[in-house]
Amino acid sequence: MNRQVEQLAATLNCEADRLRHRVVFMEVCGTHTVSIFRHGLRAMLPASVGLVSGPGCPVCVTAQRHIDAAIELSRQEGVVIATYGDMIRVPGRSGSLEKQRGLGADVRVVQSTRSALELARRNPDREVVFIAVGFETTAPATAVAVLDACRDGVTNFSILPAHKLVVPAMVALLASEDVRLDGFLCPGHVSVVIGAQAYRPVVKRFNMPCVVAGFEPANILAGLIALARQAADGEARLENVYSAVVTDEGNRVACTLLDEVFEPVDTVWRALGSIPDSGLALRPKYARFDALTRFEIVPGEDEDHPACRCGEVITGRTTPDQCALFGADCTPLTPFGPCMVSSEGTCSAWYKYERHGATKGRKGNRQ
Amino acid sequence: MCLAVPAQILEIEDDRAVVDLQGNRVRVCTALTPEAIPGTWVLVHAGFAISTMEESAARETWDYLREAALANEAAEDAGESA
Amino acid sequence: MTSTDTERIVRAHGGGGEMMGRLIREHIVAALGNPRLNTLLDSAVLDWSGGPVVFTTDSYVVQPLFFPGGDIGRLAVCGTCNDLAVMGATPVALSLGIIVEEGLELSVFDRVLASVAAAADEAGVSVVTGDTKVIERGRGDGLYLNTAGVGSIHSGANTDPKRIAAGDAILVNGTIGDHGIAVMSARNDLEFETPVVSDAAPLNGMIAVLLDAGVKIRFMRDATRGGLAGVLVDITEQSGLSVEIEEHLLPRRPATLAAAEMLGFDLLSVANEGKVVIVVAAEDAERCLKLLRGHAHGKDAARIGRLADTQPALVELITAGGGRRVVQRPYGEELPRIC
Repeated sequence: MNRQVEQLAATLNCEADRLRHRVVFMEVCGTHTVSIFRHGLRAMLPASVGLVSGPGCPVCVTAQRHIDAAIELSRQEGVVIATYGDMIRVPGRSGSLEKQRGLGADVRVVQSTRSALELARRNPDREVVFIAVGFETTAPATAVAVLDACRDGVTNFSILPAHKLVVPAMVALLASEDVRLDGFLCPGHVSVVIGAQAYRPVVKRFNMPCVVAGFEPANILAGLIALARQAADGEARLENVYSAVVTDEGNRVACTLLDEVFEPVDTVWRALGSIPDSGLALRPKYARFDALTRFEIVPGEDEDHPACRCGEVITGRTTPDQCALFGADCTPLTPFGPCMVSSEGTCSAWYKYERHGATKGRKGNRQ
Repeated sequence: MCLAVPAQILEIEDDRAVVDLQGNRVRVCTALTPEAIPGTWVLVHAGFAISTMEESAARETWDYLREAALANEAAEDAGESA
Repeated sequence: MTSTDTERIVRAHGGGGEMMGRLIREHIVAALGNPRLNTLLDSAVLDWSGGPVVFTTDSYVVQPLFFPGGDIGRLAVCGTCNDLAVMGATPVALSLGIIVEEGLELSVFDRVLASVAAAADEAGVSVVTGDTKVIERGRGDGLYLNTAGVGSIHSGANTDPKRIAAGDAILVNGTIGDHGIAVMSARNDLEFETPVVSDAAPLNGMIAVLLDAGVKIRFMRDATRGGLAGVLVDITEQSGLSVEIEEHLLPRRPATLAAAEMLGFDLLSVANEGKVVIVVAAEDAERCLKLLRGHAHGKDAARIGRLADTQPALVELITAGGGRRVVQRPYGEELPRIC
């Protein structure tokens, strides 16, 4: 047993005892969601502290139209799709990249944008399209690949731009009337790039506690303690319990590169709709690297399954077990919505780690 | 939303580095951390070093993981010679 | 015949004529020869001294063919021997079916056969019959193997999931996930090298030690592609009991764990090729562990958990920090991810 984690769990319980009412915090980040489940932290939470998962899984928030565009690109003659493994099973209107691969599309899983660019260099007679998903942590790597391709005159490389920005989504959530939250557990690795100060407007405008935390169980608990303490004291501050890698200003080099290659643009999030300045488009200077223009693909409309409640799940309005499809029709093998497809999706995490409610309740209590 | 692990730079040429990840050798790009030199600890995400970090913080992360992992040297030796 | 004809597999190697005869004599029999195989009859004749026959088959399609700690040939022998061994059987004879793609270098073919021979030696089993087919270039991944195996049941064996009882101990013979990580590192697009080597090993010798000693084994299964998680879920489904394992007891190499963290894998779901999960009566657990640890393939053996009669029957992991979570059967293919 890890004594530090046990002590922190005890401290969290003490802070929770000071709360005058039940509070709900949102872990914005999908990696937090998975870490919380994987380490069994939910079983340690005091009854007065609720946790909901936010829109921080890039797979879950990628609009269906972007998936459909990726699938359409994979069908183009001579195109090689390079993608992070996360995207391969996400269903669009007509199947997934995994399914396209079965039908003969050339779809490669890469671990970095460097490998994608390398694929283009090694296959000069093919067109390599990189599916650029992810938040601010991941987007700088795409910027570097575009700059490298530009510098080295690699003309058979392009990207499907689908990067998203976290803070605009947090603002959009708080601005909608039916979302009630008492604090944000802010994503540690996005914050490495954008810096803790990026959440200051959220704290100020919405009087909302924001705590930046890492992903080890101890760090997550430290973040929750800080949130509970603020809630008990009636405060709303910005705190950073992940100062090992998160500074106030973030990674300036990464931000500069992002700004060189991309500009903020309104973009559609699955379930959240269009959010102002929440996406990244290639600046005109680099527009020739946009696969959509290169292959003249116009993303269509989204057509989500009518019974799928992923949208409510990633905005903290409901929990997966409240969805009629969950666990019966919608499983990791037969996913209806993105939250079940992505391994860091909230539904998938519930299904994987908490199905049947077997781990609900306090530590040691068995049903 | 983003997996990242601490690793230590072993060698570096331009912005192409090899890092040590608990015995694994991983190729990473250091375009986002130009200050990194051999010996520097970095946080690696999707093949990119996204930040430098103090050795103590990196070790804390791995200590947590190692605590659960088999840490006896005999097992390591067996792994390399099997 | 020019020298280039003999350097690579050509279609005639599977054509049933002189070229095939030479491939069999100069390569296959040369590597694997034994009195039964050497007869080159249509079937092998085995002596059988009564008792049940245990019979299994498995096909091997791994990419790349060679990876740290093993290759497709070693896998083909170990996998089938282990399938027999976990049934409490002693492997007696194997068949080897080879499907090879035209153009494969003969030196590669020979290396794989040498590895089959070495692993068979280690397992104390012979390849007694076989078959070779050559497929057109571009229609295969170089080389596929199939092995079938027969074994005779050990007198001490009585494994049946129905005998599993609450309170039984769950043991594993060593570190988990090494094979999956080693193979992953050998796929050149992932850009990492690892000191982790595949655990591919024939386990029948180690298991025979337990059976000879009369350990009360209730159930055994080798944890291969579905990882430890897959076997543990099998155990709950077949016994109707819950499995409770403790994370801090799981044997894991730090380098394996670190690579898994980077790739976003859960080591419980990562493949092994030399690991067996053993369910044993609680009173026999310590003795069984001691016997395992005395064997080369069981040095890092550990007791990782127990059976419980809590319902519904699930696999539960008590995490290193003291939390609890459910362990599910993996989806099927572990893909590296960024999130």
